[in-house]
Amino acid sequence: MTQVTMTVNGKAASGDVEGRTLLAQFLREDQGLTGTHIGCDTSQCGACVVHVNGEAVKACTMFAVEANGATVETIEGQANADGSLNVIQQAFQDHHGLQCGFCTPGMVMSAAALLKENPKPSEAEVRHYLDGNICRCTGYHNIVKAIMAASGQDVSAIAAE
Amino acid sequence: MPKDGGIGASSKRREDVRFLTGNGNYTDDINMRGQAYVHFLRSDIAHGTLTSVDTSAAAAMPGVIQIFTGDDFAEIGGMPCGWQVTDKHGEAMQEPKHPVLAHGKVRHVGEPIAAVVADTLEQARDAAEAIEVEIAELPAVVNMKDAVKDGAPKVHDDLTSNLCYDWGFVEENKAAVDGAFEKAAHVTTLELVNNRLVANPMEPRVAIGDYNRSDGEHTLYTTSQNPHVIRLLMGAFVLGIPEHKLRVVSPDVGGGFGTKIFHYQEEAFCTFAAKAINRPVKWTSTRSEAFMSDAHGRDHVTKIQMALDADNNFTALRTDTYANMGAYLSTFAPSVPTWLHGTLMAGNYKTPLIYVNVKAVFTNTVPVDAYRGAGRPEATFQLERLVDKCAHELGVDPIALRRQNFITEFPYATPVAVEYDTGDYVATMDKLEEMSDIAGFEARRKESEAKGKLRGFGVNCYIEACGIAPSNLVGQLGARAGLYESATVRVNATGGLVVMTGSHSHGQGHETSFAQVVAEMIGIDENMIEIVHGDTSKVPMGMGTYGSRSIAVGGSAMVRATEKIIAKAKKIASHLLEASEGDIELKDGAFSVAGTDKSVAWGDVTLAAYVPHNYPLDDIEPGLEETAFYDPSNFTYPSGAYACEVELDPETGVVTIERFSAADDFGNIINPMIVTGQVHGGLAQGIGQALLENCAYDEDGQLLSASYMDYAMPRASDLPFYDVDHSCQTPCTHNPLGVKGCGEAGAIGSPPAVVNAVLDAMRSGGSKVEHIDMPVTPSRVWAAMNG
Repeated sequence: MTQVTMTVNGKAASGDVEGRTLLAQFLREDQGLTGTHIGCDTSQCGACVVHVNGEAVKACTMFAVEANGATVETIEGQANADGSLNVIQQAFQDHHGLQCGFCTPGMVMSAAALLKENPKPSEAEVRHYLDGNICRCTGYHNIVKAIMAASGQDVSAIAAE
Repeated sequence: MPKDGGIGASSKRREDVRFLTGNGNYTDDINMRGQAYVHFLRSDIAHGTLTSVDTSAAAAMPGVIQIFTGDDFAEIGGMPCGWQVTDKHGEAMQEPKHPVLAHGKVRHVGEPIAAVVADTLEQARDAAEAIEVEIAELPAVVNMKDAVKDGAPKVHDDLTSNLCYDWGFVEENKAAVDGAFEKAAHVTTLELVNNRLVANPMEPRVAIGDYNRSDGEHTLYTTSQNPHVIRLLMGAFVLGIPEHKLRVVSPDVGGGFGTKIFHYQEEAFCTFAAKAINRPVKWTSTRSEAFMSDAHGRDHVTKIQMALDADNNFTALRTDTYANMGAYLSTFAPSVPTWLHGTLMAGNYKTPLIYVNVKAVFTNTVPVDAYRGAGRPEATFQLERLVDKCAHELGVDPIALRRQNFITEFPYATPVAVEYDTGDYVATMDKLEEMSDIAGFEARRKESEAKGKLRGFGVNCYIEACGIAPSNLVGQLGARAGLYESATVRVNATGGLVVMTGSHSHGQGHETSFAQVVAEMIGIDENMIEIVHGDTSKVPMGMGTYGSRSIAVGGSAMVRATEKIIAKAKKIASHLLEASEGDIELKDGAFSVAGTDKSVAWGDVTLAAYVPHNYPLDDIEPGLEETAFYDPSNFTYPSGAYACEVELDPETGVVTIERFSAADDFGNIINPMIVTGQVHGGLAQGIGQALLENCAYDEDGQLLSASYMDYAMPRASDLPFYDVDHSCQTPCTHNPLGVKGCGEAGAIGSPPAVVNAVLDAMRSGGSKVEHIDMPVTPSRVWAAMNG
């Protein structure tokens, strides 16, 4: 077992892990941050996307020991300081960008990373960026719409409701 | 003006807040004190005799608590099947035993052979690698038509063959149907495959068993669409636990799409093992396990024929289908190709004579059962592809041929045993033609051609039977359960209320839409209403969510219970207001005496019910809580018309969806935002089936598509923005809300439109191809155009 220490959502987090313990497992099992979801075992679905040192990372592709000393952000740390939904989260609710909610944490974390590097993405850019995030419920329509709305673009012309 | 609350409002979903902040409570998020973990060792052989399972080395590995094999379950009931189909000779289907852990033989890749329970998941996995399994491999049967040949290897040695049943519907009509074909002016024939799919809810299945030695109660936490069904099946048929000693909890569930209806071995195992080792036992499926243990969907091979008279009227339809059951009968598998498929073969058309034959076949593959639409997509695909082929053979417009044969008068009794109560197929087709801008298609085609691309337009109609189901009817058809729904409405003293519904939400947003209905009925704010579901210890015995039944059946039960609440509250109000009960009106959350300004607020009445200081105790009991069970008198029949426009690159065979329009008639609508979202998701799954998804086996029964590396899940860049309309509304006549259900329509209605569009594009490039099987991959398209 190896001791790891990292900053998770602004707080110090440490624990003893095996070499094979994935960052996703460490967050879920050791830290109780169960908002990071595991939807596959081939790093395809993106339900486990978190930010490590500001970069979007699939937490199932990284060992916990690799994140030693890193700054990690998860879905639990995304709301505004007063607890209200942040702009992206609010856009997902406003535009019905989620149904079962299982892929949602990864979608929100990917969307945040996208908007950081591309503040006004086109529809095609959003769809391309979401290539590593699978949703089975929404057909993506309202996810794409929500992300474009969160970027401040007018989405009223996109087919309704 | 859009409403801002109640029925018809696009209320934002209350459940979203917890999901968006990482505060959902999915089954895998639950951890019990002292829990152990189970890892299942699964067969990597499709068919073979289990000659030895040696667990001795594994049992000595660190952390291992106990290892279970098929012998441990030899005296325990197997997995039950919930539907018995009677074949065309009046005989019951062949029903094999389905053990919790493989016993004697393995029959599909992924079948669990041994279960290792250890302190940690890693220890359980490590130990499983040390189990020595010897399997004498037998020839596997994978292809259904080979499986029913004389001398084919048998999946189950104690059955007479691999044929589960040979079903004729309606058998008495067969001669008349054949006679109509002899007299036909034109016959169109089509052979096709409805590809095998994997449902793939993003949350893999999870089960946690817990046993309380102090009171002898078992609890199972599981990812189920219907916890009461699991309690009934597992308690009564597998483990012999009475229902009052068994609690099943399905908390937040991350998508179902049918495959989380069924009772699975892992649920029974964890429940059993928790008592055996006196510790909670948790199993979390990996995605790779899900591919080989979740029930699959579709997998039909069909020949369908339409007879037409000289005026292009449909005179008769007959269809022969081979339906794959897989190695065992999953919970509702027998019903899917029969009663959820044969009864839909009339579609939107007044074809007077129909005969459906279905041969259900055992193969060495994962069991196949209901997947979003369940039987109805298979019916719609073959019928709507056939009608398109008719039109091209006859040289008539596909939409005109459909319109000519539409059912236009309702109620309409089909020749396949169901009666459509309402619908307006002309209206949805009119709406579709407007939405899809058919008039502008030729110009768009020219633009594509200028880029070296081909462009195609495809259309289809659909009808589905939802609101499953009238219990007396399905009982006659072989269902071993009732299909009513339940609701308890518990009003609190201060006026807030809790609805405990037997329906289960796993993405559908019931916590929002169900509250809208009750808010509308009473005239109170939606936020005063809590919707509770998914726990057998809290909600009355209910049948759960599938078949687009929640609002039509579960919602109706909730309406009936709320009506009882209102009736009792009016009695209390009449006493408080010293007025005749008949004069009491409820509006906007207040009871008033008609024609006067006397009124009493909702909260005063509810308080009086629980603080009965001034109360008509001689007439009515205190308290305000009512339960209703609702059993529908008929199915509901949502319908619609869909159009797809594709662009096809003749150089590569790549097809892209350029436009998709959907005009649906769902009857009345509770929350338009949620309904539209349901259609979007269905469309993505239907387009996925048409263009991308395929569950593939090789001839030895090896599963070739067992991960997201090999199974093509639709991604954002594969799909367009959809144009969805549900303004055509013919309310259901037999449920109190006039609702029909919307969950499956998109998946049912979209595959034929996509394939019809691809073929239209290919024809525009000079191709003579008459059919192409799904998924319409670039290689298939290219080969068809250049082959």
